[in-house]
Amino acid sequence: MTPRPSVKQLLGRRDWLRLASAAGAGLTALAPDHVRAQQIGFDQQRTVADMLRGVAGGSSALKLGVSLTVTALADNGTLVPVSVQVPSPMSEQDHVTHIYLLSSRNPVMQVAAFVLGPWSGRAEISTRVRLAGSQQLLALGRLSSGECRYEVAEVIVTESACMDAS
Amino acid sequence: MNQGLARLQWPQNIVAGDVVKVRLLVQHPMHTGYQQDMQGSVIARNVLLWLTCTLGDQQVFRVEPSSGIAANPYFEFFVRARASADMVVRWQDDLGVVGKWQQRMVVVERQTPGP
Repeated sequence: MTPRPSVKQLLGRRDWLRLASAAGAGLTALAPDHVRAQQIGFDQQRTVADMLRGVAGGSSALKLGVSLTVTALADNGTLVPVSVQVPSPMSEQDHVTHIYLLSSRNPVMQVAAFVLGPWSGRAEISTRVRLAGSQQLLALGRLSSGECRYEVAEVIVTESACMDAS
Repeated sequence: MNQGLARLQWPQNIVAGDVVKVRLLVQHPMHTGYQQDMQGSVIARNVLLWLTCTLGDQQVFRVEPSSGIAANPYFEFFVRARASADMVVRWQDDLGVVGKWQQRMVVVERQTPGP
């Protein structure tokens, strides 16, 4: 049987713990975004509201008109084709300035941000994304008027992109 | 001069005023920073920080990818073609490596119906 630690020893240990946790918090605050991003738990997912808060900020975001095309069942999360279309005349007065792709479960929420303008002629982009497991994908278009339009799609991923040790 | 490797594709016959679909593929590993190599050591994050496409003097496309974009990034976007010009693609990654790819977009004048 181990001897009971003295009061002095116990206090020392607690002090040490307190200091260590403070130092840890300090270091976390210094860490760059992509390091801090990993703190999201595996079973924890961002809600649509969480995702909208990140990019739409205070401006109004409506779930209207945007078409987000992505396969409903992706066998391989390392390569999932995604296509986003925002209805817009793309004129000088009224056009889409940005398209954002957000993920509810990836370590980094923002998959990509695209800059468009009246020179684009059509507010449509396609790319291939990585998905860390089944989740919701959100596409948000920011209009020149400052308003936002978004669409959400549910994707089931059989093999996650973040299980790599190969 | 071109630096790095990319592939740019668009339709063969472009008439002035057309909205052209541009397909762009860039060769890049896009290491997420979460993967490990065979020895079990973490591979440092190396993704594209930004990529821009300039047609003539006008920047027509810009994307800021993250580790959520798949390796060998592929993008499709649209641009209104007005006259023949060079499309210049530039990008930079976490290691500070810059890439550049240049390709001529040939645009023909719209044929007006004869008298």
